[in-house]
Amino acid sequence: MSASIPHQLFFSGFRAISRSQRRRISYVLSRSRFNVCSSQCRTIATHLHRHQASALSVLPTEVDSSSAEFQENARQMRELTDELESLHSKIAQGGPPKAREKHIARGKILPRDRITALIDPGTSFLELSALAGYELYPGEDVPAGGIITGIGKVEGVDCLIIANDSTVKGGTYYPVTVKKHLRAQAIAQENHLPCIYLVDSGGANLPHQADVFPDREHFGRIFYNQAQMSSMGIPQIAVVMGPCTAGGAYVPSMSDESIIVENQGHIFLAGPPLVKAATGEVVSHEDLGGGKLHSSISGVTDYLAVEDAHAIMLARRSISNLNWPKSNKRDENITGSNKSWKEPLYDPEELPGIVGTKLKKPIQAREIIARIVDGSEFAEFKKDYGTSLVTGFARIYNQQVGIIANNGILFSESALKGAHFIELCAQRDIPLVFLQNISGFMVGADAEKGGIAKNGAKLVTAVACAQVPKFTVVFGSSAGAGNYGMCGRAYSPRFLWMWPNARIGVMGSEQLSAVMETVGGKSADPALKQRIESESRATFSSARLWDDGVIPPAHTRMALGLGLSVAMAGLERQRAQAGWKGTKFGVFRM
Amino acid sequence: MTARRLLRPLTLRRYHSSLQHGAAPRPLTSVLVANRGEIALRVQKTASLLGIKCTTIYTDPDAHSQHALASPYAINLGDPGAYLDGDRIIEAAKAAGCVGVHPGYGFLSENSNFARRCTEAGLIFIGPPWKAIEEMGDKSQSKNIMSAAGVPCIPGYHGGNQNPDFLKSEADKIGYPVLIKAVKGGGGKGMRIARSAAEFPDQLQSAKTEARNSFGDEVMLVEKYITQPRHIEVQVFADKHGNCVALGERDCSIQRRHQKILEESPAPNLDQSVREDLWAKARTAALAVGYEGAGTVEFIFDNETGQFFFMEMNTRLQVEHPVSEMVTGEDLVRWQLLVAEGKELPLTQDQIRERIAQRGWAIEARIYAENPDMNFIPDAGLLTHLKTPVASPTVRVDAGFVEGDEVTSHYDPMIAKLIVQAESRDSAIQKLLAALEDYEIAGATTNIEFLKRVCVHPAFISGDVETGFIEKYRSALFAKSELEPEVFAQAALGLLLREISSQSGTVGFGAAGTGVGFGSNYQTRKFSLAQMAPDGIKTDAETDVEVGQVGPGTFDVSINDVQYPSVLSHYDLSTRVLTSFYPHTRLATTIVQDGDSLVIFQQGRQYKLRCKPPGWAEKVLGLHDITNSVLAPMPCKVLRVDVKEGDAVVKDQALVVIESMKMETVIRSPHDGVISKVVHKAGDLCKAGTALVEFEDTGKS
Repeated sequence: MSASIPHQLFFSGFRAISRSQRRRISYVLSRSRFNVCSSQCRTIATHLHRHQASALSVLPTEVDSSSAEFQENARQMRELTDELESLHSKIAQGGPPKAREKHIARGKILPRDRITALIDPGTSFLELSALAGYELYPGEDVPAGGIITGIGKVEGVDCLIIANDSTVKGGTYYPVTVKKHLRAQAIAQENHLPCIYLVDSGGANLPHQADVFPDREHFGRIFYNQAQMSSMGIPQIAVVMGPCTAGGAYVPSMSDESIIVENQGHIFLAGPPLVKAATGEVVSHEDLGGGKLHSSISGVTDYLAVEDAHAIMLARRSISNLNWPKSNKRDENITGSNKSWKEPLYDPEELPGIVGTKLKKPIQAREIIARIVDGSEFAEFKKDYGTSLVTGFARIYNQQVGIIANNGILFSESALKGAHFIELCAQRDIPLVFLQNISGFMVGADAEKGGIAKNGAKLVTAVACAQVPKFTVVFGSSAGAGNYGMCGRAYSPRFLWMWPNARIGVMGSEQLSAVMETVGGKSADPALKQRIESESRATFSSARLWDDGVIPPAHTRMALGLGLSVAMAGLERQRAQAGWKGTKFGVFRM
Repeated sequence: MTARRLLRPLTLRRYHSSLQHGAAPRPLTSVLVANRGEIALRVQKTASLLGIKCTTIYTDPDAHSQHALASPYAINLGDPGAYLDGDRIIEAAKAAGCVGVHPGYGFLSENSNFARRCTEAGLIFIGPPWKAIEEMGDKSQSKNIMSAAGVPCIPGYHGGNQNPDFLKSEADKIGYPVLIKAVKGGGGKGMRIARSAAEFPDQLQSAKTEARNSFGDEVMLVEKYITQPRHIEVQVFADKHGNCVALGERDCSIQRRHQKILEESPAPNLDQSVREDLWAKARTAALAVGYEGAGTVEFIFDNETGQFFFMEMNTRLQVEHPVSEMVTGEDLVRWQLLVAEGKELPLTQDQIRERIAQRGWAIEARIYAENPDMNFIPDAGLLTHLKTPVASPTVRVDAGFVEGDEVTSHYDPMIAKLIVQAESRDSAIQKLLAALEDYEIAGATTNIEFLKRVCVHPAFISGDVETGFIEKYRSALFAKSELEPEVFAQAALGLLLREISSQSGTVGFGAAGTGVGFGSNYQTRKFSLAQMAPDGIKTDAETDVEVGQVGPGTFDVSINDVQYPSVLSHYDLSTRVLTSFYPHTRLATTIVQDGDSLVIFQQGRQYKLRCKPPGWAEKVLGLHDITNSVLAPMPCKVLRVDVKEGDAVVKDQALVVIESMKMETVIRSPHDGVISKVVHKAGDLCKAGTALVEFEDTGKS
C-alpha cells in the first residue's frame, strides 16, 4: 500500500511541499502502517469502469440479416420505400412542367430552391407532410398540397418555413393547404420557432371556398395565429415573391417585418380586375400593390428586393437581427460539431428487414429501440412486468428521452406500467418518445374484469397531461384506444411520423368488415374491406395531415433527433411564455 | 589619387590596405543592422550564432515586420524613408552602444559617405573602405581603373558631357543598340536601351527622369549593348591582409526589368578556362581598389563571342549571396564580420575551388510580390496565406515575411529567396521546382508560377541562358493553361465547406444537409466560378459547378458534363486545406478566400478564381461597369495626368503616369473615347483597382 506514496518525495523534495501536504502524507503513512499491522481488514469496492457500467444497458440483438425471413421483409419494405421515394421525388418537382417553366421565365426561383437558398448550407431541412393532398382531390393533382413547410436553420436559428408553390394551381389554398399551413404554424407556436413565409399565392381556391374560408380552422386562422405568435414574441417574417391578394394580403401585413420583390410581389385587397368592376378605376398591378408602392408609399412592406435571391438574403439578414438565441445548452448537446454521442451499435438500415410490411407478425420493440438510441443503450424500467409494453430511458444524440414502445397488445399491467413511467418522466422533465405498434387494448371478459378500461384510462390520462415534449413514431399499427394511450395525433405530440408499413384506423380492415357483417348482416358493403384497407395506409394518412410525414425507417433516429433539437431549444421560452408550472395530472381512476 | 592609382602595380595592395585603416581592429561585440526585411534577419541570424548582440532599426510602416520583431533591441526611426537617413542611423548605433554597422544591401550599403561617417564616428562599417565604395560607385571612374588594371571593359562613353546631342553622337560612334544608364544607378533603375538613333532622345529622357526620382542624380553613361548577353558575376572576398579570393561565379541571366530573378552558381555552359579567367579578373578588379570584405564583380558575357567585359563592382553583400554560400558551404556574413574584425579569410582559393567541385550546384529563386503577366509590375498586399517549403540543409528560405505580414508599396516587393543545392544542375533545378510547388502565397500576386514555368523550360534546363531569356521565350513562358474540372470542383466544395465548418455548434448533426425523409435531394447549390485574368480584375467565362450534399461531408459534384458522385470532403479551417476523395483520386487543396476571389493551390499549381457576384448585386449595390474606366493596375502614386476632362483620346494614348515601388508606368488608353472624369490627380495614392480616369458612356459596352 505504501508503495503508492512517492518515496523520493520524502528524500528529495519534502521541504518543497506545503505544510498541509506534509500533514496529509504523514496521515497516509500512519494509516498504511495501521493497515499493514492490523488483522482487522475492511472490504473495498471494486472500481467499475464507465463502459462496463453502460454495458449493463446495451441491448442485444437477435437479428440474422442473412435469414430468409429478414430478406423477405427487407424486400417487401424496399418495394414500399422505392414507391415512396419516387412519389416524393415527383412531388418535389412541384406543379406541371409548363407552370414551372413559366415561373422560371419570370425570373422567379422555384420554391424548393428558395428554401435551399434561405437555409444555412450543410444543415438539414426537416420537411413536413410532403404527401399532403396526395390523391385527395379526385381529378386534381396538388403536389405537397401546394405549400412546402418545414424546419430549417437560417443564420443559425431554427425557423419554421412556409413556402407557397405557385406552380401548383397558382399557389391557391385548397382545404389541405390551409390545414398544412395551420399545422406548420402550430409547430412554430409549440416550439417557439420564428416563422418565415415565402408568399407566392393566389389566395383561397374559390371552388373549394366552403372548406377553406368560414370555419375555425380555416383561412382566417392563419392571421389569428400570426397575431398570437407575434404577441408571444415569436417573430413573423414575410417575403412577398408573388401575388398576395385579398386575405393573402394579410400575411405580409400581419408580419413583424416584410420584404417584397419588385415587379413580382403584389399586395392588394382587390386586384385590378375587381377594382375596375367595383369602382371603374383602371390601375396596373404594380401601381396598385407593387413593391415600390408598398415600400415607399404605403409602408405595407419594409424592404424592397430586386429579385428572389436578393429577397432571400434580406430575409436571412432579418433573422440574423432577431437577437434570437442561436442554440441553448441543450441544443448544443444535440448539434455540437464535436460529436459526443455514440451511434447505435446496430445498423438502422436493418430496420426494414426486421419489421417487414405484414403487421400480423409481432415486431420486437427492443430491436427497433436498439437501432434508434445512442450506443443502443437502453435502461429498461420494469422489464419483467407488463411485458407487452417496453419502457425505459435512453439518449438520442445525447438528449435524454423516455421511451415507451409497444411489444404486443396492451394489458392492464402494461397500461399501469406505462402510466407509471410517464409519471416518472413528467416528474423529471424528460421528453417522451412513443414507438407505436398497437392493435389495441386487450378485450374479453377477463380483461374487463381486470379493469382494462380504467387501467387504459390511466395511461391515456398520463399521456394527455404529461407536460413534456412528446414524439410519436408509428412503426406498425395504430388502432383503437391504443392510438390514444400511445400518444396519437389527438394527444398533441410535437411531431408524429409514420413508417411506410404503418396502418392507422379504428381497427384492421378485416376486423372492421367482420364487425360490419355481424352488425349489418347482408346489407354490408362488399367493397368495404378494400376501402378500409386503402384508408389505413400511411400515404392516406399523410395526405390528410394525420401525421407530419412518412419517413424511411432508417431515418427515425435523425428525425427524432431533429425534432428533439427543435423542441428542446425553444422549450424554456415557450414555458416562460405559457407560465408553465409543471405537469398536473387529472384524476386517475384507481 | 586616380592618376596614381592607374599606375599603381597590383603588388602594392598591402600598402593600400594599411593606408586606410590605421587603427587596430577591435572585436565586434555588437552590431546595428542598417537595413530591413530578409537581409536584416539574415545578418541577425549569423550575429546571434556568433554571440554578437544585434540591434535592428525599423520605420513606422515596418513596426510589425519580422526584422523589427526579431531582436530584443529594435530602434524605431519613424519616417518610412529613414533607412536612408545615415546620420540618424549612426546616432542610433552610438546610442545603442554598437561597435559595428552592417548596411545589408540597398539603402546605404553603397553610400561611401555613410561608410565614411560611420568610420569617423568610431563605428566599424562592415563593408569595404569608403574610398573603394566611392571609386566603384562612380561607373565611369571605375571603368577607367579597371581598364588600367587590365580588366576588359565594354566600349562606351562614361564622361561628364551630358549634352543630349553629344551623348547621341557618342552612341552613334559606339553603334546601336546602346545602353543608357545612370552613372549612380543600380538595380536596373535609370536604365534604358536605345535600339536606334531615332529612339535615343526619348529613352535618354525617360532614364533621366527615373534616375532623378530614384536617387536624385541624372548623369548618364552610354555604352555598347550586347544583344545576347549573359550576366555573370564573381563573388569576391578580401581581407585586411592582402588576401583576395573568388567564391565562384554566379550566372544571373534570368532577369526581368533588368532585375535578377534566378541566380545560380556555377554558371552553366562555361569553359573552365573562362571561369578561371573570370575569377582572376574579378580578384584583380577588387585589388585594384584596395578592396576589403564582400564584393561582387559583375561581367557581361557575350554568348556569341565568349568575351566578357567588366560592368561594375557591387561593394556590398548581394541579394543572391546565398547561392555562393550554398555552393561553397560557407557563411558569408560570418566572413564579413571576420574581415571587419581584421581576421584573415578562412579559406584559400584552392580550398574554395575544391569545395565547389564537391558541392555541385546552387540555384536561387527570388520570390517577388509582382505580376509576371502584367509585365512584372510590383504588387502589394496582406499575405493572408503563406506556406514555405520544408527547409533542409539543401533547401533554404530566406524570408522577411510571415503569414499575416503586409507587403507595402513603401519598399522593395521581394518576399523571400528560395535557395537549393544539389550535386548537379539538373537535380538542383528539379529540387527548386519541387520546392516552388510547395511554396504557397496568397494575398499578393507573386512570380512563383512564373518561376515554375522557367524551371521546366527546355532552354533553361539545358543552360541556354541570356539576359533576354524571358523575352525570347515569352510565348512558352506566358502560355495560358486551361483549368481541369477538379479545380472548379474543389473550389466549389471549399466555398461550401468553409461556410459549413465556420458555423460551429450548429451543424454536424446526423446526415446534415441531406434532408431527412424520402426524396429530399433538393439541397443542390450552384457556384459560378471563373478563372481570373492576369490583371486580377477581369475574368474568363464562368463555369457552373453544382454541389449537392448527399450525406455528412459527402457531395455529388457536377461541372457541365463531368460528374463526381459521392465525394467525401473535409475542410480544415486552420490549415485551409480541403481534402476530397473523388471516385478517381484524392485531392488536397489549399483554398484561400478573400472576398470574391479565391486562391487555390493544388498539386503544385496555383489558380486564381473569382466567384460570380449575385445577379442582384449590380442593381442593389450600384456597382457600375468597369469597362468605362481605366483602373490602377497596382498600388501606386499618380505622378502625372496627361489628359483632362472632355479630351478625346485614341487607343494607346498615354493617360496617366503612375509610380509604384519607385518605378514609373504609363497607363494608356484601352480604346478611343472621350474622358468624362479624371478621378485622381497627381500626387494621389491609389489602391490597385481604383479608377484613374473614366470614359464617357458611348452607349455600348
